[in-house]
Amino acid sequence: MVEITIRKRPRTEAVITQRKFFKKTAKGKVIKVLRERYLRDDVACGVHSCNLCSTTVDLVLPAAGSLEHLAFPGGHLVLPDTNVFLSQMDLIESDKFCPPMILLQTVLEEVRHRSLPLYNRLKTLINAEEKRIWVFYNEYNTATAVIREDGESPNDRNDRGIRKAVSWYTSHLSLARPPVRGQPTRALPTVVLLTDDVANRQRAEKDGLVCISVRRYVEGMKEASKLLDLLSTAGSDELEPTKAVAARQVLYPDYLPSSTLLAGIKSGQLHQGHFNANQYNYLEGNVPVSGFDKPILLIGRENMNRAVQGDIVAVEVFDEKEWKAPADEVVDQETTLKNDDAEESEEESDDEEVLAERHVLQSKLAKMQASARQPTGRVVGIIKRNWRSYVCHIDSASLTSNNATSLSQQTVFATPVSRLLPRIRLRTRQAPALLGQKILVTIDRWDRTSRYPEGHFVRALGKVESKEAEQESLLLEFDVPYRPFGKAILDCLPSEGDHWIVPPKSPEAPEWRDREDLRDLIICSIDPPGCQDIDDALHARSLPNGNIEAGVHIADVSHFVHPDNPMDNEAAARGTTVYLVDKRIDMLPSLLGTNLCSLRPDVERLAFSVIWELTPAAEIVNVRFAKSVIASKRAFTYEEAQIRKDDPNMNDELTNSIRLLNTLARKLRESRMAAGALNLASPEVKIHLDSSESSDPIDVEQKELRETNSLVEEFMLLANISVARKIQETFPQTAVLRRHLPPPRSNFEKLQDILQKRKEMTLDVSSSGGLAASLDKCMDPDEPAFNTLVRIMATRCMLAAEYFCSGSVARDTFAHYGLASPIYTHFTSPIRRYADVLVHRQLAAAIGYTPLHASLHSKSHVERVLDLVNRRHRMAQMAGRASVEFYVGLALKARGEKGKNQEEAFVIRTFRNGLAVFVSKLGLEGLVTFKREIQFDPDAYTIKVPSPDSVHGTTIAVFDKVTVNIEVEKDKNTQRGRVRMALVHPVESSGL
Amino acid sequence: MSGGDDMAVWMQARANERASGLHRGDKTSRTITSFSHPLSAALSAPRKSNPWVEILNDGGYRSDGRRQYELRDISIDLAQQGTADGSAVLTHGLTQVLVTVFGPREAKMRSQTLHDRAVLNVEVNVLPFSTGERRRRARADRRMLELAATIKTTFEPVVQTGLYPRSEIDVFVHVLQQDGGLLQTCINATTLALATAGIPLLDFVCAVSGGVHATSPMLDLTTLEENDLPHVTVAVMPRTNKVTLVTLETRLHVDRFGEIFKLACEAGQTIHKEMRRAVKSRTSALITAMGGGLGHGPGADVLERDIVMDDVHTNDDF
Repeated sequence: MVEITIRKRPRTEAVITQRKFFKKTAKGKVIKVLRERYLRDDVACGVHSCNLCSTTVDLVLPAAGSLEHLAFPGGHLVLPDTNVFLSQMDLIESDKFCPPMILLQTVLEEVRHRSLPLYNRLKTLINAEEKRIWVFYNEYNTATAVIREDGESPNDRNDRGIRKAVSWYTSHLSLARPPVRGQPTRALPTVVLLTDDVANRQRAEKDGLVCISVRRYVEGMKEASKLLDLLSTAGSDELEPTKAVAARQVLYPDYLPSSTLLAGIKSGQLHQGHFNANQYNYLEGNVPVSGFDKPILLIGRENMNRAVQGDIVAVEVFDEKEWKAPADEVVDQETTLKNDDAEESEEESDDEEVLAERHVLQSKLAKMQASARQPTGRVVGIIKRNWRSYVCHIDSASLTSNNATSLSQQTVFATPVSRLLPRIRLRTRQAPALLGQKILVTIDRWDRTSRYPEGHFVRALGKVESKEAEQESLLLEFDVPYRPFGKAILDCLPSEGDHWIVPPKSPEAPEWRDREDLRDLIICSIDPPGCQDIDDALHARSLPNGNIEAGVHIADVSHFVHPDNPMDNEAAARGTTVYLVDKRIDMLPSLLGTNLCSLRPDVERLAFSVIWELTPAAEIVNVRFAKSVIASKRAFTYEEAQIRKDDPNMNDELTNSIRLLNTLARKLRESRMAAGALNLASPEVKIHLDSSESSDPIDVEQKELRETNSLVEEFMLLANISVARKIQETFPQTAVLRRHLPPPRSNFEKLQDILQKRKEMTLDVSSSGGLAASLDKCMDPDEPAFNTLVRIMATRCMLAAEYFCSGSVARDTFAHYGLASPIYTHFTSPIRRYADVLVHRQLAAAIGYTPLHASLHSKSHVERVLDLVNRRHRMAQMAGRASVEFYVGLALKARGEKGKNQEEAFVIRTFRNGLAVFVSKLGLEGLVTFKREIQFDPDAYTIKVPSPDSVHGTTIAVFDKVTVNIEVEKDKNTQRGRVRMALVHPVESSGL
Repeated sequence: MSGGDDMAVWMQARANERASGLHRGDKTSRTITSFSHPLSAALSAPRKSNPWVEILNDGGYRSDGRRQYELRDISIDLAQQGTADGSAVLTHGLTQVLVTVFGPREAKMRSQTLHDRAVLNVEVNVLPFSTGERRRRARADRRMLELAATIKTTFEPVVQTGLYPRSEIDVFVHVLQQDGGLLQTCINATTLALATAGIPLLDFVCAVSGGVHATSPMLDLTTLEENDLPHVTVAVMPRTNKVTLVTLETRLHVDRFGEIFKLACEAGQTIHKEMRRAVKSRTSALITAMGGGLGHGPGADVLERDIVMDDVHTNDDF
């Protein structure tokens, strides 16, 4: 039993141990708040071999401090203040920066109040082994607790607390090791207050404390030149000449104060939304808001007012007279602004580039048509910045010196890989070394006087186009957690490791409790070739009453992943397995994913089974759910299963059950289609790797779909729907479901218009059934790929499906639009999707197998988890696509070396100065731009290109088939590999 | 609803149970149907957890600097209050309660007396300044009545009412200040007040609240913690190791309940020591004031031991 004690709080010390204050609530009520605080003497200082403090926790601070810093040869401990963490987190995170550090509770709490993301980063650092950070709870220590004095600001109080802690540490260290007679006095480590606050430093010096600014401190370190780059510019105020600031021209309007913003949003005068940059035109962005059908358009730098992709901004909408149409022109940042100099533009003025920008904007304004106008406005404030680290290249043109050994500080441009982001201005001493590398850059600030945001270098990822660097940059860009699983997580795995087996059947074995023995059923799995994480298997057999029993068996992941242990938390944080072309980032440790939970053939495995009794017409008679033990008989690939099914000579039980499943699946599919399910398409291609090690010579082909694909799909859908019904019924408040909202009709307007004008086809968007039917009619007899193209474009008009918690949305919005199912969830892939794990737990509770974990009873908890899973899911899809794109690029490059690379493509969009085309064979979208003037008819979606053959020129319209020449070219400045397309047919565009 | 609910065993709100040994034949354990507003919410400041305060931080400290199993400071004042027969002011941290006891005395209304034992009346009065939000409460406030009823049922099996037929014992509870653990403070203060009034009790009743944050149990919750955590109040009789009250007003997972329950029982023993010390020192002060009493001060061993009623009887002739 633990020791229970009563903490004494001497009433005489009430001044520091008790606090009483009044606060006013939002409603205007005044509330008295009483707080007490128990001060103690047993707060450990964290220094090794300290004989005054005793604690059971591992002490992290070495007794002699760090002896590595030049300024403190006698050893030192660092005690940073709050601002150091707020502005220099990248420095602290660097693995080269690891002096023993004392983190005060005051500091930790202040960081938490100021920025939760920073606090979380800091917390991971505290737990990291290589960082020697000790959290000292100074507010609870009798000797270091301070109270706010009259007229003192909270900041000053915290600063005073920090200084008090420094002086306490200094005296504590000397008390803990009194000089021993006869022994040479050992040098005591100095406790160094690290702060960039000049006033705080002055006060500390007056008190006789050792303090130093971050920059000065880093300068004295061994790896100073590398670490100095990590310093955020916000911290380098004392180095910057301040005189220029006043003289600098203001380029952007000031933001409104936040109270005005909030009031404006509340009263409806301002609108709040996420800022989306336009990938074709860097001078344009939009903000979708709830107040308007169409997103609010922002044109020009001043109106976008320093918003960066993903920021939550407040927008003011202009008068309707001033509303404009979105750009019909491709404006590339690099070409327009290529001469902008990073260093010179410290004094930004109306130079050439700005004039060029103006020109671009005005030429567009002149030809504005009234039809496509949409709400236009300007950003008046930022509600929340969503800045993160961006993967960038250094723009070689912005370098002043290319000398590789030069260590002079240069201001350079970093161009983000994503086209949605502005260039970032960066000061670095290692610019030449970073050329040709992918680097990670963080934005620090964006001043009114600076055209570009300012940032600092975080880390180099590696050489451009090296596979590792590209892979890592992809993962970083899409925020995919990819670190290897830690020890705490691996400890949650069964101790037998890969020798784990289902124990022999016995009533005592916990594995067999309430499990059905389905080992004798003829069960098989059908998956893509090379699939290692087999999470589903199927069976079917005829019943004596003429009905058919069909079963879907899903790996019982919830048997291994218990709620709220480190493995579960990690899986929840990862949300999904991410599939890149050459790498899979697992959600669960691979022992589970590819072994214990993988329903491999001829091995007994635990499963969660959904078993239906179906009539021969595929109507459900009844369904039951059970935990089971199965032994799969075979693992097929789609192709193998197809061949086996089609082979009339095969007549064994396994083949027959596949045939049975297939006939059922066909009927299921028919009824689903009749209900109005959509058959959507996305450009899916398959990358051929030469071997798993070297991925260089590769090729691309379109994915082939077989009947067996749809067989598996139909049964998975059926299982998901049945499970969704069950858990919704049992847990109406917290069931984990998935829905697909019907797209707003306005999303389809443009596509409808194009189809009407170009092909005289109509699209019925009133319901999913209508859409499915009209999509089927969009056929071009000469062009089979046309239908697929329309489907792809229609898919893009739709909203994304999402997970949700059944208690948090209205019952009538549960439906899945694409599948035309009134209710849906994800149950079938618990190895690679976290939502499925939750569904498994809920289903297990619903059938009375285990009690439901407390967290799954909490609506807010489920919502929070699903929000993250939704985001991860989206990011994983984008990362996967980007990975394919990268490999397509490599494949094209490989092909390009052999000769010309010509492909057929469809025009999907027309611009004033170019075309967007889609190469269906490669699943690749590209841009053809023209330098010469061309005729552009935005209403008819055509452009007219002068051609040598005719006087009038050749007309190209949306949906036309063209032939393009594709080559991969590396941008000389940014090293950004990009696909460049040029028209070959009907017109040669290289000269245009 | 299907079988899932049978499996997910949840301690639903308001399980008010008493140790089997304490059941009187004529008392049935009561069930209360409403559980929409937990007591704590109704009595204290708006129920809104403060996102900036960590209930239990990584260093193992709670928001007020205590560790998980540390109880708040207790101070006990057993001085005479007006004309009351017994009184106690008990402070747990910042929760302060004054209890005055009158009786046993003749009942004001004859109709309400029982022929074989005394009637225990409990009235709770929450003073307007005790909460964050200043508010005057009606006397018939349901929460107050309920709190009073809880205290009453807790003490009915402990007070030896059978010794005083046809009389009544009045207990007035005044809540002076609140910062969580109201019920525990009321119960502990009532024990002390009854003891100072010289009313025979079977044992002390020591109450403690406990809660769970994630999976870590903690004892003696403040308002801040009560608003955030599922919590139980347990009242134990330390000498006999019986439990007179367990009350839950929030949902608590059944797996966690056992752990907290044991801890709270253990903590009751700790509080008991403190309460006993206060009673003893008051008694010895009284004895000294009466002229030295039996001639020797309270020895250390006597201090450490409760006087059991049987012992008193055997020492009658002494």
